[in-house]
Amino acid sequence: MAASRKDQDAAIAVTRFGLGARAGEITLAAADPRGWLKSQIRAGGADTFSTGGETAAQRLAEFRAYRQQRAMAERVGEGKGTDSDPVKAAQQFIRQNAAGDILARVRLATDTEAGFRERWALFWANHFTVSATKVQVAGLVGPFENEAIRPHVFGRFVDLLAAAETHPAMLLYLDQAQSTGPNSPAARLQGRRPAPADGQPRRQAGLNENLAREILELHTVGVDGGYTQADVTEFARALTGFGVPGPRDAGGVEAVVFRDATHEPGERTVMGVRYPPAGRAQAAAILSDLAGKPQTARFVCTKIARHFVADDPPPELVTRLEAAWIASGGDLARVAGALIDAPEAWASQAAKLKTPYEFIVSSYRALGQAPRATPQVANALNGLGQRPFGAPSPKGWPDEAAPWAASDALVKRMQFAQGLACALGPGVQDPVALAERTLGARLSPMAATAIGRAETRTEAVALLLMSPEFQRR
Amino acid sequence: MTGFSLNRRALAAGLALPFMARVAEAAVPVNRKFVVVVCRGGMDGLSVNPPIGDPDYRNLRGALALGDEALRLDTTFALHPALPAIHALARSGEARIAPAVATPDRARSHFEAQDVLETGAAGVYATTSGWLNRAVQALSVGGKFEAISVGPTAPLILRGSAPAGSWSPGRGIDAGGRLPTLLQDLYRDDPLLGPALARGLQTETLAMETGAAGGGATMRGGGPAQGREAARGMGEALAGFLRAPGGPQIAAVSMDGFDTHANQAGSLATRLGALDALADGLRTGLGAAWRDTVVLVVTEFGRTARINGTGGTDHGTASTALVLGGALKPGGIIGDWPTLRRQALFEDRDLAPALDLRALSRGLLAEHMGVDRRALDTLVFPDSAGVRPLTGLV
Repeated sequence: MAASRKDQDAAIAVTRFGLGARAGEITLAAADPRGWLKSQIRAGGADTFSTGGETAAQRLAEFRAYRQQRAMAERVGEGKGTDSDPVKAAQQFIRQNAAGDILARVRLATDTEAGFRERWALFWANHFTVSATKVQVAGLVGPFENEAIRPHVFGRFVDLLAAAETHPAMLLYLDQAQSTGPNSPAARLQGRRPAPADGQPRRQAGLNENLAREILELHTVGVDGGYTQADVTEFARALTGFGVPGPRDAGGVEAVVFRDATHEPGERTVMGVRYPPAGRAQAAAILSDLAGKPQTARFVCTKIARHFVADDPPPELVTRLEAAWIASGGDLARVAGALIDAPEAWASQAAKLKTPYEFIVSSYRALGQAPRATPQVANALNGLGQRPFGAPSPKGWPDEAAPWAASDALVKRMQFAQGLACALGPGVQDPVALAERTLGARLSPMAATAIGRAETRTEAVALLLMSPEFQRR
Repeated sequence: MTGFSLNRRALAAGLALPFMARVAEAAVPVNRKFVVVVCRGGMDGLSVNPPIGDPDYRNLRGALALGDEALRLDTTFALHPALPAIHALARSGEARIAPAVATPDRARSHFEAQDVLETGAAGVYATTSGWLNRAVQALSVGGKFEAISVGPTAPLILRGSAPAGSWSPGRGIDAGGRLPTLLQDLYRDDPLLGPALARGLQTETLAMETGAAGGGATMRGGGPAQGREAARGMGEALAGFLRAPGGPQIAAVSMDGFDTHANQAGSLATRLGALDALADGLRTGLGAAWRDTVVLVVTEFGRTARINGTGGTDHGTASTALVLGGALKPGGIIGDWPTLRRQALFEDRDLAPALDLRALSRGLLAEHMGVDRRALDTLVFPDSAGVRPLTGLV
């Protein structure tokens, strides 16, 4: 059965660009697969998920309140090691917040009718990774995505960059919140204070270059972008002053504060450009210049092509995306459009292995279901090595097949497929029809035969979810 | 008797080269185990083995400097207080430190440095397979040779054309059940999924036999105690695989969380505690096989000699490699100590490298595992013929 080009494209639009087919989705896309995708590009950005109505600023304030309680309890020596231990309570509180966010985020993906829009948002969230591996960040990952990433994913890259780098989640995750200019008024004041009486060496406030380096290496020009250690240090100096509100900062609506007192005074030189003293505008000017560099266009467009099309993306595709990026001044809606229009993105061979998150989301979508509690997805994602909100490093999750195709991971995928099929498979009336509407023209005769011959509905559904074409996109 | 010394004897006897290669192959010691632990994030060597006898140490490290609580090794070095099991090994000659090791990479980027560390190449992006995988390729010439990684994702160091299994804690499955059998059939023409599933099922069967499947090991993080216990369980489970007849002889383990830019003291103690527990779990789990084992603990780079402004350290250059195992010869530090004098620091910032990590890895692969020199020079560590293997360790 030779599928028409249009049927093939519809299956690709829904599974490769989107998050996998829900019932009827491939049919819906078949009339105009490219148009169906383009209709999902929205100037206002991607959808947001519920964080229980709480912003990053509110979560920060709550965290601070818990910390104060802890400090107070420690002073009076109460609650240690008991159920009312304030440290444990604070951690549990943060985990509960994060657990709610995780479920809401997965449910947005399992339920959305705009799978491409959501995949595009997930790409950018991974590009600007903040991770719950730092406990104080755990409750902020969800609000960060909603506040700093999702509104900007179809806007200009420079706006997305500025929002991401100055969000409190990023400032805390990459240690910027504590960084102090060595010659700032705050550091000078500290230097004049007498040393502590207990003879301990005084901790001198100073620079932390973590955020500056990762912006250059991971978020903009890339490791080969032509910067030096001196550029990293200069950029770190310019970034001093950005912090999160403390107990003495008024307000609570604005989550970001810029403190002149901790900002390193003076002119900075980054990648050959001189930036006069300008307070918070100095770092903003550097970010803006970095966003406009051709190295950034190349680095980020390569990542987009790798995410959507192939681990080793076709150079022609990268060139097309770069051209759209540069012609539009980093307008991400135009870059998304160029991706949809690129012939290389529609190759019939599905080159991408789904990540665990993509596999789990697309499994629920195929079965027309959504997880009802966080542990349902969190346990599976942990086992498969993609802990929710817990990327192991600021580089984010890998976007190539090799790390996810470990032999153990395949066994764990099979276990997940078996579990989901046991729970939901018996309700599937015709597994072959399910396979056809899930994979469309991508369903191979071999998998269709295996599913048709299965002993039980449960086995048939597990085979569908584990079929080579469902594992890839 | 190691493959290397046989090689030397062959050389002394004036034997021809092709024959020598065969001698080396025949000498691959069947029971030898080699485990590489990759500590990701840039592990601070100056905290792993604080050079408390170095006159500049205290000044550079300020509030992070360790004193009497550190576990003494000699007049210059101690071990971090979170490493008591490794310290006990060191006292019995079964643990040594290489205090100033670096890969050839100098970019201070985690990801580039980890790539160079794991590919074993002289520069970044030179190859896409890992050196431990290519060592397995070289050792497989002499017959079937197994390798395994522990953890849910496959580390680059063990990726490549030689098949390697992987395992992480979880529910056991019936590898002979219907679904696995049907899937293997469905995957028969799939070059990625087919071999991976087959190996996964094989490992799962082995896990059942060795009891690893029923172990309490869990991959999930948590408080320090839980992290230690999970790491110990992982070490014991890995030991189970290594001990099994026909099981793997080479293994790779990843640990992360070593990127300590701020408030380093607490978080690093937790991670080192887990490393210590992993090593201890391996040693106790291996039992008598520990004497045939070498464990190499490495990281992508060290951290700045000076503390930064936030109670931590930024990306640096040289760091520590630990070599553990019952097969180890007792001895002092491995490689030189460049000292922390200001003029000795690399770019007035980092501990200077005194030893190319590849020299250490090459020496261990040659002497402990019997990988021959030609394979080391061309296959395992391409373009490394100029890096002399460090010998005399086992």
